[in-house]
Order: sequence, then structure tokens, then C-alpha cells
Amino acid sequence: MIPAKFEYFAPSTLKDALSLLSEHGSSAKILAGGQSLIPAMRFRLAQPEILIDINRIEGLEYIREDNGHLAIGALTREAALDKSELVRQKYPLLADTCRVIADPLVRNMATLGGNLAHSDPANDHPATVLSYGAKIVAVGPNGERTIEIDDFFTGLFENSLAPNEILKEIQIPTPPSGSGGAYLKLERKVGDYAVVAVAVQLTMDGDVCKTARIGLTNVAAVPMRAKAAEALLIGKVLDEATIGEAGKAAAAECDPSGDLRGPVEYKRDMVRVIVKRAIHKAMQRARGEI
Amino acid sequence: MTTVTLTINGNQVSREVEPRLLLVHYIREELNLTGTHIGCDTTSCGACTILVDGKAIKSCTMFAVQAAGRNLETIEGVAKDSLHPLQEGFWEKHGLQCGYCTPGMIMTAKAFLAENPDPTEDEIRWAISGNLCRCTGYTNIVESIRYAAQKLRQPEEKVAS
Repeated sequence: MIPAKFEYFAPSTLKDALSLLSEHGSSAKILAGGQSLIPAMRFRLAQPEILIDINRIEGLEYIREDNGHLAIGALTREAALDKSELVRQKYPLLADTCRVIADPLVRNMATLGGNLAHSDPANDHPATVLSYGAKIVAVGPNGERTIEIDDFFTGLFENSLAPNEILKEIQIPTPPSGSGGAYLKLERKVGDYAVVAVAVQLTMDGDVCKTARIGLTNVAAVPMRAKAAEALLIGKVLDEATIGEAGKAAAAECDPSGDLRGPVEYKRDMVRVIVKRAIHKAMQRARGEI
Repeated sequence: MTTVTLTINGNQVSREVEPRLLLVHYIREELNLTGTHIGCDTTSCGACTILVDGKAIKSCTMFAVQAAGRNLETIEGVAKDSLHPLQEGFWEKHGLQCGYCTPGMIMTAKAFLAENPDPTEDEIRWAISGNLCRCTGYTNIVESIRYAAQKLRQPEEKVAS
């Protein structure tokens, strides 16, 4: 399978990439890791006339904590996130996620920025960044702006980046003490999209849940939070009954499609089960038990 | 057309290609290095795995232009004067049946053992989870990689069979 013809640019600065993007507008696509875009081009689901490869731009691959958040450069590879001690120690929800995306070979190329800019509801990172309440830093011809993650995903493969903007950085708030998170993915095999996957990020005060955010993967046309389930947890003692109710609420509020990974009824029930398990794991981590 | 100059198995090569040419086609059709295989054509199977600047990647999911100036290694560059311990391991431990996945398995394992010279069985299985063997010969592939790991750590000692 051979992609359609395109013109290729590999600018060495962000400024040059932005002028190319401004010049060519929506006929251009940004190439980051390419692990979603290149397969889409080979199937001719995507046929950009212009490809702007940002891999030659220095300074877009970094993982560092500053000003109360974890700042991740858009070109940071999944493998680099997986190997980061900082991520493993303090951001276990993110660490869980970057270990189950595609496979280790794909993760050597795939980037966090590309994953989010692609805005595929079947991708794993959207649920995770929704649960963290992350921020997206976009850069355009008039400078930078910050987008709250709740305002970022707007449709199937759609987001609030303007056609002349590039996703530059992802900011994940450093969780306060007593926090824990987990990402659990039900998949048929390594490399497949999730049947269902769930991201949970909690802050506990003893047995009482202070804050809770839950993101769901591949069970709606747009990456979504299970807000009804979150509301059932906040301010409550997280006993088995409460966690069970949250699972049921998430199953009711998601909107999966039946496909080769299973019918709607099965996916909803798996949301119920995986939400419960992810809450348990996040809670154990919040208490320092695991 | 764009000129793509790169280093592959220690040799510098240069070809005029279209930007849409995939790296695996550059390697197989422009350079005639057909040890790198095309299996699934959908970024799933890992038969096309090569090393780019030491990292194992799927060469069907990268354009040749992206590899300009990079240092590549394919299965043809693995044996030096004699077989590489990985190749020896696949021979000794019957790590291949039809052999189609073998070049990709070996390239993945080579990058993996460079980072993790003394892996557990689980770690090896994790490392090759992006490479499919349609013969399902995974048990012997894992054994072959264990053999190579031991041999690379202790080149002078005979590896226990």
C-alpha cells in the first residue's frame, strides 16, 4: 500500500514549521512519530498534499517538573515516558498508559503530542490526560496559548487546535499527596486498540475521596470523562457498594459501538468491571499500599 | 524527487526517491537488501524491524526521507566475521521455522539486549511483543534470545544447552 503523493518539508525550527503551516493551511499535516498518520496515509484515509516533519526540530523532547506540573515536550516518545523514573514514581497513571500503547517498536517512534493531536477516541492517552486535568500548550503565528483538556477534544479525530497551530507541550498537574491513579486496558492482544480502557485519578483523605476524575477509552465517538461516576465518588467513603455504583454509572453514560471487539452490551459491562478495578488500584496507590 | 543519503550497515548510500517512498521499500528495492521483510503492511507484525540510530523501529511506518543522515542497521549487517550470538542462538535453539519473522525478531532482540543484557523470560516476551511469528514458535525464539544474552555476557564460556 503506497501513500498518495505529497510534498515534504523538514524544517529545523518551530518558527519555520509555523510559517509552512500558515502558508499551506489545511492541505498540510504535521508528521510527528507517524505511527497513526503513516498507516492512515497508506490506506489513503489521509492524503495530505504537504507533510511537515517536525522531527528535525530541536528541543521538543523533554520531561521535566516545573511550576507545579509535569511538562512534556510534544515530540517525547512513548518509550522515553516509559523509561522515565520521574513518571514511574510520581505519575503512575501516565506510566501505566505508555506501557500499553501499541507495542514496544511503535513506542520507539510514537509521541505523546501526536497521540493527542490525532484525537482518536480509541487512543489511550486522551482518557489519561482527561483524568489528570492536563493542559495543552499550542503555538501559532501569534504566540502560545494554553487549552484546558476539557476543552480540547471536540469530535471524532477533531480538537480545538487551529489549522495554523502546533501542539507544543502537555502539562500534567503534579498530584497532591494522597493521590493515586491507574490505567487499565482490556485488549485482545498487544498492539490492538482497547476493547475498553479506563483511566482513574483520585485524591484520598483517609477513606474519603476528595477528588476523582475518570476517563474512558474507545467507548464513545469523542474521548470522554465518566462524570456521573466521578460525582458518585467525591466526598464518599470508597467502599465496595460506592465503587460498584460508580462502575454502573460509567457503563450507563458511555456510548460504545458494536464492532469486531464485541457488541455494545459486552463493552458496557466491561466498562462497569474495569472502572471498578481501576478505582481499586488508584485507591491502593493513593494509600501507598502498592 | 529528493536525495536521501544515509549510512546502512556501515556503508554510506544515496538515492533519488519520492518523499512517499517507505523506508522498507528504499531498503529492499533501491538497495536490494531483501533480508528486511514485509509481512502485514499495517504496522502490526514487525517483520520489517530495523535499527535507526540504535533504536528498533518498523521500517514500513517511516518514510525514507525521514531516515536521511541517520545510521541504519539491517539483518545483513549483523554477522561480522562469524555469526552474531543472536544468529547462533536461533540456529542452536531452533528459533525459526519458516524464518519469515526472523530478521525482525533478531533486530528487535539486538536493540533490546543492548539495553538489557540480562533479561528475564518475561522481559524478553515483552520486548518481542511487537513481532509476530505465524508459526507460533515463540518458546524457541525466547530460548534463542536467552542463549544470545548469555553468550554476549560471557563470550568465552560455553553456553549451557
